[in-house]
Amino acid sequence: MIPLPMVLLFSAFLFSAGVYGVLARRNAVMVLMAIELMLNAVNVNLVAFSANIRSMNGQVFALFIISVAAAEVGIGLAIVILLFRNRESINVDEVSLLKW
Amino acid sequence: MTGQEYAFAVLAAVGSVSAVATVTARNVVHAALYLVVTLSSVGAVYLLLGAEFVAWVQILIYVGAIVILFLFGLMLTKAPIGRDSLDNQHRWVGALVALGVFAGLAFLIQDAFPLGDAVTAPGFRGSTEAVGRSIFHSYVLPFEAVSFLLLAALIGAVVLARKDDEP
Repeated sequence: MIPLPMVLLFSAFLFSAGVYGVLARRNAVMVLMAIELMLNAVNVNLVAFSANIRSMNGQVFALFIISVAAAEVGIGLAIVILLFRNRESINVDEVSLLKW
Repeated sequence: MTGQEYAFAVLAAVGSVSAVATVTARNVVHAALYLVVTLSSVGAVYLLLGAEFVAWVQILIYVGAIVILFLFGLMLTKAPIGRDSLDNQHRWVGALVALGVFAGLAFLIQDAFPLGDAVTAPGFRGSTEAVGRSIFHSYVLPFEAVSFLLLAALIGAVVLARKDDEP
């Protein structure tokens, strides 16, 4: 039997790696990759609790999150390509037009 | 330790190491390939947790589709290689925040769940049939909403990324 806290710790580690990636990366595509890591961590939690309480709802939500993540990556990469076409650079710290 | 526990320990170790490699790699293509390893081991963890359909969806959608999208994004935007151009100046602050997040989550987890808690009740199998029943029985409307969202994202991505005809 796999202990539940171990699965949750694995997921927490993936989430923290994603947080580091979002904060430390300059390249917009790398930031999107780190966001995918964080979404995966949430999915691990949902599936683990779904098995823990013997309910299918967690797995269904994990599937929904996977499809929303696919939509997010599609839109995100389209925006990144548009940004590259206009600015010749996809560094997120150079995109500050709307910054207050 | 049973075979299940060994398998989970190996998969969690591989997934964690390659997740760290994803966010610290100096080469963007290497980062995408490390992401493949992480996503595959997460998929295998789903299999161990008895969620077979989610595991195959993970492999098909994430490893099959999303990583390919990332690779196309990297190809279409010429990404520089090297730590100085990939990471910003505040990476130590980022590492500190990430460590803080992990420490906080770990404290809450060990506080809320005793280590003896098994994740799967014996005899539980999240079969594809049960997932399908749940989706098309209780979650039909969210399912339709998600499919509409995917259509909207598809159209939006095409509209955003295509070149304007008139100057």
